[in-house]
Amino acid sequence: MTSAPVTAVVRPGRVTAEPWPVRGLLLGIAGVFLGLFLVLPLVAVFGQALAKGWEAYWAALSDPDARSAIRLTVLTAAIVLPLNVVFGVAAAWAIAKFEFRGKSLLLTLIDLPFAVSPVISGLIYVLVFGAQGWLGPYLAAYGIKVIFAVPGIVLATLFVTCPLVARELIPLMQSQGTEEEEAALVLGARGGQMFWRVTLPNIRWGLLYGAVLCNARAMGEFGAVSVVSGHIRGLTNTLTLHVEILYNEYSFAGAFAVASLLTLLALVTLVAKQLLEWRVRHAGRAARAGPGPAPEEAA
Amino acid sequence: MSIAVRGVSKTFGRFRALDDVSLEVRTGELVALLGPSGSGKTTLLRIIAGLETPDCGTIHFHGEDATALRVQDRRVGFVFQHYALFRHMTVFENVAFGLRVRPRRVRPDRREIRRRVQRLLELVQLEWLADRYPAQLSGGQRQRVALARALAVEPKVLLLDEPFGALDARVRAELRRWLRRLHNEIHVTGVLVTHDQEEALEVADRVVVMNHGRIEQVGTPEEVFHHPATEFVMHFLGHVNVFRGRFVGQKAVFGGIELDVPDAPETGSLEARGFVRPHDLDLSLAPGPDTLLEGTLMRVNAAGPQVKVELRSEAGEVIHVELSQERHRALGLTAGMRAYVRPRDIKLFPSGTRPVSAEAAPVG
Amino acid sequence: MAIAALLLRKRRVLPGFGLALGFTLLYFGLVVLIPLAALVVRSAQVPGAEFLRTVTAPRALAAFRLSFGAAFAAAAINVVFGAIVAWVLVRYRFPLKRLVDALVDLPFALPTAVAGIALTSLYAPTGWLGRPLAALGVPVAYTPLGVVVALTFVGLPFVVRTVQPVLEDLDAELEEAAASLGARRWQTIRRVLLPEVLPALATGFALALARALGEYGSVIFIAGNMPLRTEIVPLLIVIKLEQFDVDGAAALAVVMLAASFLLLLTINLLQRWSRRRRPAFGD
Repeated sequence: MTSAPVTAVVRPGRVTAEPWPVRGLLLGIAGVFLGLFLVLPLVAVFGQALAKGWEAYWAALSDPDARSAIRLTVLTAAIVLPLNVVFGVAAAWAIAKFEFRGKSLLLTLIDLPFAVSPVISGLIYVLVFGAQGWLGPYLAAYGIKVIFAVPGIVLATLFVTCPLVARELIPLMQSQGTEEEEAALVLGARGGQMFWRVTLPNIRWGLLYGAVLCNARAMGEFGAVSVVSGHIRGLTNTLTLHVEILYNEYSFAGAFAVASLLTLLALVTLVAKQLLEWRVRHAGRAARAGPGPAPEEAA
Repeated sequence: MSIAVRGVSKTFGRFRALDDVSLEVRTGELVALLGPSGSGKTTLLRIIAGLETPDCGTIHFHGEDATALRVQDRRVGFVFQHYALFRHMTVFENVAFGLRVRPRRVRPDRREIRRRVQRLLELVQLEWLADRYPAQLSGGQRQRVALARALAVEPKVLLLDEPFGALDARVRAELRRWLRRLHNEIHVTGVLVTHDQEEALEVADRVVVMNHGRIEQVGTPEEVFHHPATEFVMHFLGHVNVFRGRFVGQKAVFGGIELDVPDAPETGSLEARGFVRPHDLDLSLAPGPDTLLEGTLMRVNAAGPQVKVELRSEAGEVIHVELSQERHRALGLTAGMRAYVRPRDIKLFPSGTRPVSAEAAPVG
Repeated sequence: MAIAALLLRKRRVLPGFGLALGFTLLYFGLVVLIPLAALVVRSAQVPGAEFLRTVTAPRALAAFRLSFGAAFAAAAINVVFGAIVAWVLVRYRFPLKRLVDALVDLPFALPTAVAGIALTSLYAPTGWLGRPLAALGVPVAYTPLGVVVALTFVGLPFVVRTVQPVLEDLDAELEEAAASLGARRWQTIRRVLLPEVLPALATGFALALARALGEYGSVIFIAGNMPLRTEIVPLLIVIKLEQFDVDGAAALAVVMLAASFLLLLTINLLQRWSRRRRPAFGD
């Protein structure tokens, strides 16, 4: 191969390619764009977090308010994740394996939370559970607090993360078809056995992938929880809200320290995403390939 | 166990997949449902298995009505076109599946399961692959695993949906013979769906030819091949040459040949169509009293057990003839020669009525 | 009764349909549909005149202009640069490509508040980028431009991830055929490749737009939030809520919701359009 310092190589065999200067230009543009929008912010988070040194960093993270914010964030995710996983599996099962009227409507509807602004996602719960809301008087009568309390935060998070697992599982289960499940039934399996032994193992990577995304979104949600939270320090602040509070108080290093925690979570999510994406594509492709080309034909 | 299908119809949306189909499959016989795609054969198979429910009609197993039975309770073995092996289980686990999901009361113990799976894998000659995963197997191997898995639950009926469709020709031919031998050994009632007429004729005890959701003919391979009941059956089961002639009174006239046709139409179209298989045509170098027509040889393909000859008639039609090697040598045929076609057997199918097969009789 | 008969006749072979669909509808109804209905109902209860007054107030109009305008601008930027990024990722080889590819998803994974403060620290007059830019007379933070920057960040992955698979599936033979017929490289790109990629570009634009339209967390730090100048609609909604003007908040929110629905429908149509153009394997 060539020994010249090459920064970009066109895939071998591709006779039709852009001339060198154009390729360099495109690479440069892409590089600057991504560097500006992706790399710099990342660097900024960690740079600012450590601007006052390691001690200040740890102090910010072990501050009691920070700790309770961590607890609340983890608690929210721990509640939201299993609920949305069950929803995702149920929705994907109904949509991917059966035909029924209104299926495409349901598919479109499931995407709704994605299209709605986070602030509106929080507002709607205020309208239902808030003091002036539909259930406001009843809740007040029983002394149940939803808005400005943890249940409200959980609900708002449930709303924004609800489609994630379903959207991941639906195409996966569609591409896997119904034959394996039918085969299990013909062989005498009951419904539960079929689901546990055949369906679940086939979707496990997609499920994990959806769960990882759901978790990242649940822990990182800001707009929706901001509206329902009430921002009560030590009680109804998630990590993202805590970041906001610190920032608005000009405790920049502290804000960035907490932000760095969330950034690390994001980076771990990205890694998990890459690993699982490969697995899921593998499972989907193996399903489509069916009885295709395979190792040597031995009689 | 015998299967009786009575008056089964099935529509998908606006598509009529099955139209009042009735069929009897005797215990121990292997029946092939043969037809083009869209003929309803797979739908019928799935209805027998319980994987689809008919819009009307019944299915009886050994005299008992099974139409309302769920698929799990029918004790049928089903081999899917794309095998549907459980991709995350080994070959052994796949075959053992049906035994492992049985309710505790009737479930065999671990050793018994192992014994049975072992025996089945030996039956399909794959015991050495027990620990492999389906992705590591070839198509033919996967198919045999699917078969072993279906047999593991000792089904009363074995249903196969285009089992060899996705395999290449050589493997297909081997597996076909193997399946026939297996059936002779275990004598389970079997229904096989295929679009390959060669496969149906080679493997089945009886062939059910289907088209557009209806049964065109049921019979032994010899019956459907040599005595087709309709035009469709004749076309589907092998090459066919179509000749045009005329109805004159109670006869059909093709070239120099006259046939007695007692059921000839009296009015309407006077055009008659005669069907002849390539091997029922003979060639000669000189015209004769029973010559059907004259043509020029386009291609002579002597590679194979029979010699395949392509002729172009004066009217521009292409005619396929199959001759034995000796006949070819005797005639010394080459492309470009003029030759005269003489049929040994012409079949006519007046629309809707029974077919008429007539020995060619020379005119006057 | 007729429904029951219909369901009985079409007995389904695979189990669990009723249970799965029932749970799905119940859950989704309770968590998503009913709360959204509460918004629609509440906004319908606002007297028409008041509704119009709220929505057409100068402050609200300025906020709408900013929210929609910046979202459009950001989506447009993302279409251009996102297409380039997708091209480079699919066609070229360079070191750390896997890393870069993974990084493109960062705006998906990073909490919006973190993105907000990070971008602000970069583009503030004292920031790494803000200082040189201010010297050039281009202030970014606390201006509409800052809003555009933030919205570009959040929308970045949408165009890239929509265009990438289309580029990957492109048949090399198309370009080879064009070249063999004498087309120059840019002609091939313009006449052969661009039409293939157009549905994906449109879908990506719509997705980025939808995301940017309602964005809150990453914008409120960098925007400066000055009423009539750098205030976005979601913030205005929050402010009205804090002032206990629930009617006003609901009015604004329902307008945004309507825009979101429209976008969602458009995205659906676009996705159907692109699916018709490229038959997926296995169909």
